Amino acid sequence: MTIGLRGKGMAGPTPPGGAASNVARRANRRASLARAVQRGGALLVLAVVTIMGAAVFGSRFASVDNLLNILEASSFLGLVAVGMTFVIIGGGIDLSVGSLLALSAVLAAYGSQFGTFGAIALPLAVCGLIGLTNGLLTARAGMAPFIVTLATLLFARGLAFAVSDEGNTIFHIDEHLDVIKLGQGALLGIRIPVIVAGLAFLVGWVVLTRTRYGVTVSAIGGSEDAARLMGAPVARVKTLMYLASALLAGVAGLLVAARSSSGQSTIGVGLELQAIAAVVIGGTLLTGGSGSITGTLAGVLLLNVIDNLINQVGTLSAYIQQVVSGVFLLVVVVVQTYLSRQQRL
Amino acid sequence: MAWIAERGVYLGLLAIVAFNLVFTPHFATLDNARLQFVQVVPVAIVALGMALVIGTKGIDLSVGSVMAIASALVPLFLGYGVGVAIVVAIVGGALVGVVNGSLIAFARIQPIVATLGLLVGARGLALVLAQGRLTEVFDPTLTWIGSGNVAGIPIVTIIALAVALVVGVVVRQTTFGRYVVAIGGNPDASVLAGVPVPRTLLSVYVLSAVLAALAGVVQTARLAASDPSFVGNLIELSAITAVVVGGTPLSGGRVRIMGTLAGAMLFQLIGATLISHDLRDSATRMVAAVIILAAVYVQRVRGAA
Repeated sequence: MTIGLRGKGMAGPTPPGGAASNVARRANRRASLARAVQRGGALLVLAVVTIMGAAVFGSRFASVDNLLNILEASSFLGLVAVGMTFVIIGGGIDLSVGSLLALSAVLAAYGSQFGTFGAIALPLAVCGLIGLTNGLLTARAGMAPFIVTLATLLFARGLAFAVSDEGNTIFHIDEHLDVIKLGQGALLGIRIPVIVAGLAFLVGWVVLTRTRYGVTVSAIGGSEDAARLMGAPVARVKTLMYLASALLAGVAGLLVAARSSSGQSTIGVGLELQAIAAVVIGGTLLTGGSGSITGTLAGVLLLNVIDNLINQVGTLSAYIQQVVSGVFLLVVVVVQTYLSRQQRL
Repeated sequence: MAWIAERGVYLGLLAIVAFNLVFTPHFATLDNARLQFVQVVPVAIVALGMALVIGTKGIDLSVGSVMAIASALVPLFLGYGVGVAIVVAIVGGALVGVVNGSLIAFARIQPIVATLGLLVGARGLALVLAQGRLTEVFDPTLTWIGSGNVAGIPIVTIIALAVALVVGVVVRQTTFGRYVVAIGGNPDASVLAGVPVPRTLLSVYVLSAVLAALAGVVQTARLAASDPSFVGNLIELSAITAVVVGGTPLSGGRVRIMGTLAGAMLFQLIGATLISHDLRDSATRMVAAVIILAAVYVQRVRGAA
């Protein structure tokens, strides 16, 4: 459209102008292709991997039971990844989520001796406080998010160990408490954690795409200074972002505890890396400013489907899985960086 | 505030020594001093490499996994002689640094993400190499390196001091050192000023990995065992803290060698103090987290001023 107008203004396109517009058109097409791959790539790979899995393993993989299992396994990572998506779009990073999940699980099991209310309120209150600390230190004090959340990673894990007698005590949740239903109950055949995670994705999607808050998060990730100059409440929005991330990790920990009727202080190690990987695979840029919740959903499901398939093979060691996920993350990030550079050209 | 940020680490060191002299029995003994100076070595060596990386405004989260790889390689190649084993371990670590550096310098991936990928992948690789097992290492030379003394000074401490001297000279006296600081101070300006940015970044990450691998070898020699699932766990955090507490800002453009060593020693003594006063591991972690936050907070004040 622009190119056409310019051509008219110049009273007949000259050959070099024509060549230039061709180049521009090609660059444009390449940019929109790159954008499409970045947006929908995870979904595409997910579809391909799922179909391949069904073809190779048949009903061992593609049974309703197994697919529901994958959904349930995805729900805990999913909750954490929703929060991480906002933090990364907002230009930050939250490394404390894995430790917070463990802390929440331990506190939920510990709090369950005071009934269902204690089992829910205690972990969420503590995780909320730590999330608030993350938020205030990064947003108000202007400290680097990765070092703040690295420190709270250490702190939360320390607290989880302190509560559980250096990990020697594993608190159990009474099977008769209502809180157990959060982990083990089901509604219309779908387990509660899956429903909770689904709700989190829905709310996250609405907030990110349909509210002023979501727009502000993207603006801050794009350019914090510009967002501030436009009068956006940068500090408040960022604080809320870390608070939400910590609370979602807390909810995930609570669900894990309810699912396993106990709280263990050693779970969730490296979960932050999985969450970051899921977010990045879903097309959210690590540089902040743009991304999508639906992409994150595809990323989470993709990671879990791959995990499930590796388990179906059954001969690969956990160490190889570690190598594969590290390499996978790096490949995705390299491709993402390449694609976003294509768009800018 | 600025003055405290500059000299705080030395004040902290003085304070913790004074506290221990008064409250900790058997603190002022030669054996204890030797122990502290031995235990600080891995963190100190890793922190020196980290200081260079942070000087370029980067970060290297993969150092602990590099230590694990080096540690896993030592027993595998010990059959060819201890010299070969050490060289292979350090070259293996350097290769991880090449991957890190290439991703950051040429593919222009953010350092935190690139090294995060290697943190996961390299640890996995180390475990694959060692088949997930702890291997005991019996070798007279390694034992000598790990627990020997020269003129009453532990050999590992001498190694750390030598590394500090070399890194100090590199930072202060060489063009490379100038490049490092220039890149951290202003990457765009250094490109315009003709600094070979990609090459310098690559070298910095290789150097950091080589030092981490050296720390892995030292650790293996000292423990007389290679345990890739534990060696270097969370050492990136201690190293970053030592660097930052020592007065190197996370925003780059400056490298402090003495401060980094003092920062490492400060953390060593805080840990030792907590342990000798019967605080548990979990409490130590929480205290460490608070100190990290306080140190970075004070840094920030200076950055703003």
